[in-house]
Amino acid sequence: MTAQTDKQRDARAMATEFAQKYGILLALVLVCVILTFANEYFLTGRNIINVLRQTAINGILAIGMTFVILTRGIDLSVGSVVALAGVVSASLATTSTTAGIAGAPYPALLALLAGLIVGVAAGWVNGIIVSRYRVPAFVATLGMLSAARGLTLLYAGGKPVPALTDGYRYIGTGDILGVPMPVVIFAAVFFVALWVLSQSRFGRQVYAAGGNPHAARVSGINVNRVKLMVYVISGGLAGLAGMILAARTGSALTQAGIAYELDAIAAVVIGGTSLSGGVGKVTGTLIGALLIAVVNNGLDLMGVESYYQQVIKGGLIVAAVMLDQARHKQS
Amino acid sequence: MADALLEVNGLRKQFGGVVALSNGRFVLQPGSVHALCGGNGAGKSTFLTIVMGIQDRDGGVIRRNGKEVHFEKPSDALDAGISIIEQELSPVPAMSVAENIYLGREPAGFLGRIDFATMNKNAQALLDELHFDISAKSLMMDLTVAELQLVEIAKALSYDAEVIIMDEPTSALGEAEADQLFAAIERLKAAGKGIIYVSHRLSEIFRIADSYTVFRDGAFVGDGAIADVTRESLIQMIVGRPLTEEFIKENTPTEEVTLKVQDLNTRGWVRDISFEARRGEILAFYGLMGSGRSEVFERLFGMSPNEGGTISLFGQAVDFASPKQAIDGGLAFVTEDRKGTGLVLSGDVRANICLAQLEQLSRGQAMQSRLEADAAQKMIEMFGIKTASDRLEVSGLSGGNQQKVVLGRWFLTNPKVLLLDEPTRGVDVGAKREIYRIMSDFAAAGGTVIMISSETDEVLGMADRVVVLRDGRISGTLDRAQLSAETLVHLAA
Repeated sequence: MTAQTDKQRDARAMATEFAQKYGILLALVLVCVILTFANEYFLTGRNIINVLRQTAINGILAIGMTFVILTRGIDLSVGSVVALAGVVSASLATTSTTAGIAGAPYPALLALLAGLIVGVAAGWVNGIIVSRYRVPAFVATLGMLSAARGLTLLYAGGKPVPALTDGYRYIGTGDILGVPMPVVIFAAVFFVALWVLSQSRFGRQVYAAGGNPHAARVSGINVNRVKLMVYVISGGLAGLAGMILAARTGSALTQAGIAYELDAIAAVVIGGTSLSGGVGKVTGTLIGALLIAVVNNGLDLMGVESYYQQVIKGGLIVAAVMLDQARHKQS
Repeated sequence: MADALLEVNGLRKQFGGVVALSNGRFVLQPGSVHALCGGNGAGKSTFLTIVMGIQDRDGGVIRRNGKEVHFEKPSDALDAGISIIEQELSPVPAMSVAENIYLGREPAGFLGRIDFATMNKNAQALLDELHFDISAKSLMMDLTVAELQLVEIAKALSYDAEVIIMDEPTSALGEAEADQLFAAIERLKAAGKGIIYVSHRLSEIFRIADSYTVFRDGAFVGDGAIADVTRESLIQMIVGRPLTEEFIKENTPTEEVTLKVQDLNTRGWVRDISFEARRGEILAFYGLMGSGRSEVFERLFGMSPNEGGTISLFGQAVDFASPKQAIDGGLAFVTEDRKGTGLVLSGDVRANICLAQLEQLSRGQAMQSRLEADAAQKMIEMFGIKTASDRLEVSGLSGGNQQKVVLGRWFLTNPKVLLLDEPTRGVDVGAKREIYRIMSDFAAAGGTVIMISSETDEVLGMADRVVVLRDGRISGTLDRAQLSAETLVHLAA
């Protein structure tokens, strides 16, 4: 073999490797470039802010989902927890005399704390059932999906909780230097998660517990506690997302968050996190969530019917995993 | 001379720019057992996957009974009368033994219905013929690992193949089951079949093989009759340099007791385990698969609940309730199944080395990456782990290097007592020796090594004392002076 063909082979191998490693990022950039030319409104500040705002809620859920999936789990209950945390916290922050609880409206911070506690509690229950009682995560969180939705309807009497205070609504409608609060919160959650997964001891434990729970256990890691914690994180973030959603729309709906778990899982999977655990990054999840939002936004701008959007999203998920499989086959 | 059952010449295979096999050569005669020897990475697996039609070759010739053949898929090889018993088992747990043996080629009955009666009868006849004491109707999930391995062997034989490849068939077997296998091999040989036998265990090769072929660094090194080669010269061929001694043992046991276990019960069936381990000593646990050896280790390491008995470490009563406590107490546990319970295969070398020391390598929650990198580097140098970088996934390392990564993880915890469960399983002769060196040095420096081993040679070569287990109880404790292969096997069976 001549040196020339060797070099060509190397170059081709490098190109393939690059495409596989950064494939999703490339896809995102490509879609953005196409949309920039296809629609003059796409690359305007307003639209970009709009896309980011639409990414925020799914992005926050997807970050929680990343922790869970890294440990070989799944959290199907996030959509229902969004609604439950939404109505509970809203009932403390409403000026409506019929929908609120006695003494409402309470200070926004108190209402937000209540919503967070609801989310954490739901996650804790999921985590205990999965880690201590060894119920498969799919089943445990499927149960919570139903139970939390039912509790939402019971708590709110089947009606929305309207008329939220301005203080509460700030997390959904306010902004810092023109950046909407949901985006600010999403960014904060992202950077904390990025640090935790890449730099913290807990992050190391998450990867080990997901990569090989037996080896992690022998090495002195309390795998059950790690599993419990990832569901608590996912539940807490679902609570946070639920309150942002309620604050943005001005009222908490009992039907909020339906099927949100699917978008969250989609973002994680598109972002390259392996459903078999131990492999994945929160940056991937960010790109996955952005890609979903950009594609939706682009199709909106081009006037494509929303039914098509679902078909395209489905294709995207499968294509991303196919790419991932090709990568694994090579190594 | 008649045509060879299988004749391979100049077999070549490369992956990307890496040559895995540059000159694979092998001649198998009918009615013989031919050992294929070589270290990890010698090209044995590549050779076998090509012969089995799993991978394509880049060059070379394969002749079956003198006729040139080209297998494009595994079923081509099976049709040509070549079958394999793989190292990794692939049972369908919820199906019966008979269903597993005849998977995909079940005898058809009326209207294509599976003829279960015939299938069970044939399977049972096959198992009986091999003298395997297994019911064809039992479910795979109810069998022990050793029995699963025997079923896998029966399955390979059920194809009526003329060439049977056995890749480390005894790695999960105890002495008694291995004897059954060897008896079966003798019968196959008598029937004129040819067996390609791959094993790191030299004593097995000298016991059953007629001839040998050695690969090293992806190329044929030499072949010949087993009768014409000594153990030493075979080892030398495999590793490519002379080895002075196969085992390294330079420790001297003291009288100082470090670990004392009394009347320990665990898992409901392991009973009345009492023994002492001393400073500077290598104590071996010998016994068949399922005799309770690993269970004792798991109990010591806080992985199973206390069911009676006392443990004292350095004169203090301890009862570890979790591996974490055991590690803090100075114990380290290299488990039997490197891939199943030892390594995080998706993780890199650094993460795997640091895994048991996360607290020491962090400040609060923040990992100190400088400390992690230093720790990994230290262990890589200490054990001579061959890896281009500590950020590479451990799944890409050879068996021996993977085992050294696990050892590195535990040495980082600065242990006082090292529990080793089959520490040299699936590693090549060269790496084995390095692991013996590590054990010997650790004991010589005042540590205590407790090692589980199924390999009689290894126990005889390394142990100062041996505890023999049988059916969950101690059947004897032997001093080095009393050790012999016969007594060990006698006490274990």
